[in-house]
Amino acid sequence: MKMKLPAMALSALMIASPVMADLVFPSLSYRTGPYAAGGIPFADGYADYFTMLNARDGGIGGVEARVLECETGYNTEKGVECYESTKGEGALVYQPLSTGITYQLIPKATADGIAIHSMGYGRTSAANGKVFSNVFNYPANYWNGASGAINYLMSQGDISGKKVALVYHNSAYGKEPIRTLEELSAKHGYDLTLIPVDHPGQEQKSQWLQIRREKPDYVIMYGWGVMNQVAVQEAANIRFNMENFIGIWWSGSENDVLPAGEKANGYKALTFHGVGDDFPVFDDIKEHVVDAGNAAGAGDQIGTVLYNRGLYAAMLAAEAVKTAQEIHGVADINAAQMRDGMEALEITEDKMAALGLPGFGPSFKVSCENHGGPGLVGMTQWDAAAKEWTLISDFSPSDMDLIQPLIDEDSMAYAAENKIEPSC
Amino acid sequence: MLEQLYFAMEVFLNGLMAGVLYALVALGFVLIFKASGIFNYAQGVMALFSALTLVGIMDGQVPFSHIINATFGTDIHHFGWHVPALFAIFGTVIVMVLFAWIVQRYIFRHLVGQEPIILFMATIGLAYFLEGVGDLMWGSEIKKLDVGLPQGINDTIDQVTYEMFGYGFFIDNLDIVATVVAVLLVIGLVIFAQYSKEGRAMRAVADDHQAALSVGVSLNFIWIMVWSVAGFVALVAGIMWGTKSGVQFSLSLIALKALPVLMLGGFTSIPGAIVGGLIIGVGEKLFEFFMSSSALAGELFGFTISATENWFAYVLALIFLVFRPQGLFGEKIIERV
Repeated sequence: MKMKLPAMALSALMIASPVMADLVFPSLSYRTGPYAAGGIPFADGYADYFTMLNARDGGIGGVEARVLECETGYNTEKGVECYESTKGEGALVYQPLSTGITYQLIPKATADGIAIHSMGYGRTSAANGKVFSNVFNYPANYWNGASGAINYLMSQGDISGKKVALVYHNSAYGKEPIRTLEELSAKHGYDLTLIPVDHPGQEQKSQWLQIRREKPDYVIMYGWGVMNQVAVQEAANIRFNMENFIGIWWSGSENDVLPAGEKANGYKALTFHGVGDDFPVFDDIKEHVVDAGNAAGAGDQIGTVLYNRGLYAAMLAAEAVKTAQEIHGVADINAAQMRDGMEALEITEDKMAALGLPGFGPSFKVSCENHGGPGLVGMTQWDAAAKEWTLISDFSPSDMDLIQPLIDEDSMAYAAENKIEPSC
Repeated sequence: MLEQLYFAMEVFLNGLMAGVLYALVALGFVLIFKASGIFNYAQGVMALFSALTLVGIMDGQVPFSHIINATFGTDIHHFGWHVPALFAIFGTVIVMVLFAWIVQRYIFRHLVGQEPIILFMATIGLAYFLEGVGDLMWGSEIKKLDVGLPQGINDTIDQVTYEMFGYGFFIDNLDIVATVVAVLLVIGLVIFAQYSKEGRAMRAVADDHQAALSVGVSLNFIWIMVWSVAGFVALVAGIMWGTKSGVQFSLSLIALKALPVLMLGGFTSIPGAIVGGLIIGVGEKLFEFFMSSSALAGELFGFTISATENWFAYVLALIFLVFRPQGLFGEKIIERV
């Protein structure tokens, strides 16, 4: 018995010890609660891409990826709990998937030396890498979205003297584009009306009666969850021309338009990634993940907008790992090395094609100064008969001449408030 | 100025319609509170669950299919049939009656005589449980609900008001249907409570359940019946709200809209729920219209504010509470010391 004890202790230690040789990607998902319909496809896409890399390529640079899923229910407090409970597992990068959670995690993750990738959400001015060393929001942020919408409208005709209404979720997220749209209004001469909708947005009669009275030429929406579906339905009810109704990318999934049926036809939404499943990578996902019975969900979300967004986020994380592995010459990288990889990330057309995602997203390069990328955004449109989104524009530049000073101003205010010395 | 008056009239009418929808949710709370003294936190989730069940039955969705497929390696999702709306509603009512029986048999039967706060806590647990069961049974994707109700602007009202005022009023067809349904529902509930044997027994239980028990009224039966009726009311609310936004888990949040209605109308009055709903609906819409209008509040105060509806409903209810704590139609609170 005495002889067996050391062996037993060693075995127990080995079982209890975390597996060191893996790349940990926490997924702060929300598969339950009022926003589950949006959270599930993103989480599925995020997990399925890493599962595919493990099955097809043996991981990233020979090291297996491990997705550590933690349920937040889209609740900020739970999101912070998830961060605290997973960061010790060797977490490389966090996708908080909520502007509220992102705001809470920025100081924590910065102190812990872990990177945050708030792709298309979160604190917009985090694009200034000199202030927000550990936060990245490439390839586009809310202000790029606002500018992208106005640029698109200008490409359709003169916007001067036209009326533009912003219907927005009355929260920090929804208010993000206001300053940009006001500045753009002064620059391009359109008349901006602000129409807030209180959470959760199930009742919007007042807002759409106001739109009916004031007859704006265009409506831009920054909504989330049930607010989107109700807004599209109310727009259809007052017979607002869907061609002139543009949602931000969080208001542009199948979930948002399907309940309104045929009436949602023609509704538009901004995007920073491709739509549909006509890309070679999805064949690999089907072969190595779905058919192998290893899909994170039922495998029925492939090609939907939010699944693609999750997959795109995972792809960008994996490419940042590869960059970090090249920079540091090690395969099993740590959080600090991951941050370096994200800061040196370069996405080119050739790279996207090699990954089985030709034309799926814009080309961009991240730098120490610019954690937000060039802010290229595209426009999609809903075809109700075919029940699919179509990309109707290229990924085009937003007005960085106007946006960059706003980013600098806001980020420097944050730096002063938090006594951060900007540096690169 | 005349134009602003027409706008205000349109907002007033839409406020009435919105109030009816709030009242539909509040009715379920009133029924259960009146009969058993339980503030049913799960009423919003019941609306969600019943709407999920209705869509599931209509679309021939296999309940618990994700669990079945994951356990047995199958790939079944649908039975392959489509059930007409009327039959599906009937099927859902049966499910809600079964739910009422389960709730009574396994939860509240064991809590008879407990403090109201205990009963309230039990309904919080029930809400989370039911939400989870709904997710497992039917999935959490957003589902389109189409039971044949019309939606969109009513052209007749638009045309008639345009000819009268030179401005066509917007009234949603769905809101008109909801109003008619709510009126019929209230008339039915009042007739049931006043003139049927079961309805009188329900009122007796509400007044004094021990006295009712002593004259042979079955508490179990009455409570199952009340929860069943509340389930039916939840189904009606779920259909109306689900038709607007699709059936999704945020439907459970409609309970938030019912709370100020209950505070204002009283927790024990069916007409109170309706009147409270109408006052809240009209009040919040007119306040929003006035305060967000640069031609009205802008001229008068020099500023405008928007997104007032959520907090204004509660402020309005609180003002009523100051003067009438039991609500407009609630029973007068008499405390013996």
